[in-house]
Amino acid sequence: MLNFLEAHSLSILLFTPALAALAVMLLPARRIKLLRWFALAASLLPLGLSVYLWLRFDPALDPRLAFQFEEWLPWFPAIGSSYHLGLDGLSLPMVALTCLLTPLAILASFKIETHLRGYLALFLLLETGILGVFMALDLLLFFVFWEIGLVPMYFLINQWGGANRNYASLKFIIFTMGGSLGLLLAIQLIGLNAGSFDMLNLFRNFGSLDLSVFGLTSAAVKTIAFWAFVIAFAVKVPVWPFHTWLPDAHTEAPTAGSMILAGVLLKLGAYGFLRLVLPLFPQESARFAPALAALAAAAIIFGALAAAGQKDLKKLVAYSSVNHMGFVMLGVAAVASAVGGDAAAVQSSRIAASGAVLQMVNHGLSSAGMFFLVGVLYDRAHTRQLDEFGGLYALLPAYGTVFIFVSMASLGLPGLNGFISELLVVVGAWPLLSAYVAAAMIGLIFTGTYILKGIRQVLHGPLNLRWRGVLTEMSAREWAVILPLMALMLLLGIWPSWLLDLINRAVMFWF
Amino acid sequence: MQFPYLSVLIFTPLAAAVILLLLPNRQARLIRAIALTASALVLGLSAALFFISSPVVDGYRFIEKIDWLPELGISYHVGVDGFSLPLLLLAGLVAFSGVLVSWNVQDRPREFFSFFMFLVASVLGVFSSLDLFQLFFFFELAVFPKYLMIVMWGSPQTREYGGMKLTLYLFLGSVVALVGVFALYFGSGLNTFDMLALEKAGLPLAFQQIWFPVIFIGFAVLAGIFPFYSWAPDGHVAAPTAVSMLLAGVEMKVGAFAALRIGIELLPQGAQHWAWLILLLGTINVVYGALLAMAQKDLKYVIGYSSVSHMGLVLIGFAALNQQGLLGAGLQMFSHGVMTALFFAVVGMVYDRTHTRDIGQLGGLARFMPLAAFGFIVSGLVSMGMPGFSGFVAEIPIYLGAWRVAPWVAVVSAVSIVITAAYILLVVRRVFFGEVPQSLSALEDIHTRDKLVVLMLSLVMIAVGLLPGLISAGISDGVNRILQLLGGSL
Repeated sequence: MLNFLEAHSLSILLFTPALAALAVMLLPARRIKLLRWFALAASLLPLGLSVYLWLRFDPALDPRLAFQFEEWLPWFPAIGSSYHLGLDGLSLPMVALTCLLTPLAILASFKIETHLRGYLALFLLLETGILGVFMALDLLLFFVFWEIGLVPMYFLINQWGGANRNYASLKFIIFTMGGSLGLLLAIQLIGLNAGSFDMLNLFRNFGSLDLSVFGLTSAAVKTIAFWAFVIAFAVKVPVWPFHTWLPDAHTEAPTAGSMILAGVLLKLGAYGFLRLVLPLFPQESARFAPALAALAAAAIIFGALAAAGQKDLKKLVAYSSVNHMGFVMLGVAAVASAVGGDAAAVQSSRIAASGAVLQMVNHGLSSAGMFFLVGVLYDRAHTRQLDEFGGLYALLPAYGTVFIFVSMASLGLPGLNGFISELLVVVGAWPLLSAYVAAAMIGLIFTGTYILKGIRQVLHGPLNLRWRGVLTEMSAREWAVILPLMALMLLLGIWPSWLLDLINRAVMFWF
Repeated sequence: MQFPYLSVLIFTPLAAAVILLLLPNRQARLIRAIALTASALVLGLSAALFFISSPVVDGYRFIEKIDWLPELGISYHVGVDGFSLPLLLLAGLVAFSGVLVSWNVQDRPREFFSFFMFLVASVLGVFSSLDLFQLFFFFELAVFPKYLMIVMWGSPQTREYGGMKLTLYLFLGSVVALVGVFALYFGSGLNTFDMLALEKAGLPLAFQQIWFPVIFIGFAVLAGIFPFYSWAPDGHVAAPTAVSMLLAGVEMKVGAFAALRIGIELLPQGAQHWAWLILLLGTINVVYGALLAMAQKDLKYVIGYSSVSHMGLVLIGFAALNQQGLLGAGLQMFSHGVMTALFFAVVGMVYDRTHTRDIGQLGGLARFMPLAAFGFIVSGLVSMGMPGFSGFVAEIPIYLGAWRVAPWVAVVSAVSIVITAAYILLVVRRVFFGEVPQSLSALEDIHTRDKLVVLMLSLVMIAVGLLPGLISAGISDGVNRILQLLGGSL
């Protein structure tokens, strides 16, 4: 029995949320309290399991040689696809982040009462979909989970979203599916020619694989496939100019949906770059690194400018994701540019890569926190228009303090988590892509602008008197959502090495 | 001698059909009970055959052969392989579901269920025939019940037109195919209709090249091949629910199956010569069908045209003439059959309660019939090729097969995935979510019988999507046999 649990710990973690979703559907729809607490308790199981995996994970193993907790079963043998799971130092933090944010998002949804049962079941299914992407070591399985997560997210936005939810949800799913078409075709072509979809095989043999088709040379096809992968993942990250679905989706999504969307779903795109694009297409990555860096810098600058121009607090936070994920992309570009370079270049790009992975975790924490705080305010005020707020610090000092804390983490204030990861990316990328980094640094100024704008318009200035007596401080439940996030932001800000050591080893994967 | 499983399977619905005709129409309960028992037996027996048949056995099994007209080389000859077993199961699933959703037919139930059983017997007969003449007999057995059911119980506005159009198209297609079958009979010089013998006839190349398109396209009319597809949406929409389910779910596979068994397996070199044409027509089916579906305002027409699109994938899989393509085509035939049967079942449930199929007049139905909405959404996800459902595991091998022979087919037809996603999601949202129009207040939920149908068919699609090995192993074995006929080298 114990052996079975040991050998299938990833499968158990992966399917616990899906089974919990089934169980939720079997509970009576009217027992709202039971549903809530059951879903919360069920979502704590994967969290516990992920902590267990973290403790059992051996960071000393060379990531180029072995994934840990590997599982392999034939899935669709007729076409050479298998159920192959495994974790390394890159996917483990993402799995843990997902397992952490899901219970917090469920806790943040305790106000939802309409069709609660379906809502909770979709949330738990979404968790399985996301975890599957991070665990999959088979290209087709990766795609299965990549797409499957769209369905619950579509319905979460479409059923529990704001006024314009129909437009936003359809745009979300069509953008992502459309963006993934090229990925799907490229995966088919690769799997057909390699005879298997196994990532570990492909990492070893992809260089010598002949993909020629349509009379094009293999190299040309690989370049096209590279761009197909890049576009699919860039839509998800989202990288400018593929980002337009994001503000719409966020504005309409329920609070918890936004927390998961920004906290983990966007990481799927970045993870795709790190897990697949860089190892499979090293030459193409090196060739197009400047283009990736330019897109990253554009995302940082335009994301910040757009955020600064918003009148809606949630849209401001949504655009800030474009800005922050730009730093992840800058790290990706730095690694891409260093492939095949000299030792110094590799050394720099390792720093940038560690920064990028850490930034994924940090943005997961701070964006989930920011969206939650927006939701707290919206639940009480039923508006998110910045010009209707002002001076709330006088009314809500505790909320105001938390708001400033999380904003500062997002801004990258030294001592909080965002600072270290952005610093690592910038320091690592500077020697490799100086011009782009310099441009991105200008974007950093605008980052300060929009964060301060948010703080000023919500908390400072003359108090809008209509809020007196309407707005109340956060409840114990709401504190329970934000405190773990704040604790981690602080912990990673002052003592990042417990996570960074793991990541530093993991990034050896690309070199 | 082995127990005659297949004969029992085919003659159960046939016997039920005859017995039903002898009963008085007043005995509605007895009539329904007999129809339900017969269809349950068909489902049980086809499932038993599917599961007891070992997937590793090569070639045909459960073979029975009795000489019928030896002078002409005609015999009663049945047998199934890995390719046809899932289709028998599909027919069983749809037959059983069809009886359940037609429970409340008030108008002449005797004739309704009797004709339905004739249709079931016809499809089971085609899927298990190893004799050309007999295959054709079962193929044509469906014509009159099909026509009569549409014009008698169909939707009053279009049933005359739809029924006539469907019958004429299919009749013309089958006459053309019949000419091809006779050419095959005389051309082979073997004086036999035995398909296993004709497989080895070694027909001359020129002969194969001339007659392949006649036979393949003649049968493929029933599969909805472009440009002979327009009977399908009109006919499906005009038909009563159970008949739509059986027509789109199983009959279209009968056309594809006959085109494969006779066209490709007996004229393999002709198939290689003409594969480009089938690939082209199939690709047009896929993309143009999806565009047509997107433009519809009538819920049932959306599903009707989506079948045209999805059957195109089956044709592409066939014409790829390789392991992946044929495997995918087999999976897609099963997956699409279950999916479209559930689609039409839910459309019928909606229509019975709202008396409209106009998407603009529907809305918010999930509130009244959540399980029907669930069934429609699952079918929709299968239709979109969403991973985790049977449509994805069927489409992937088809695309792999297409990449090997004609990469442009894979690239062009992939566009339909996004088009399908768009129209399915829009229809789901407009019909099942949003505001309930005033004309539709206080609808009843679907009946327990209907819920059973929705759950059964949904679970089949999810199970195949999660564990494709359930049916792909058997199909692979059937595919290997076809590949040997094609010369093994492919």
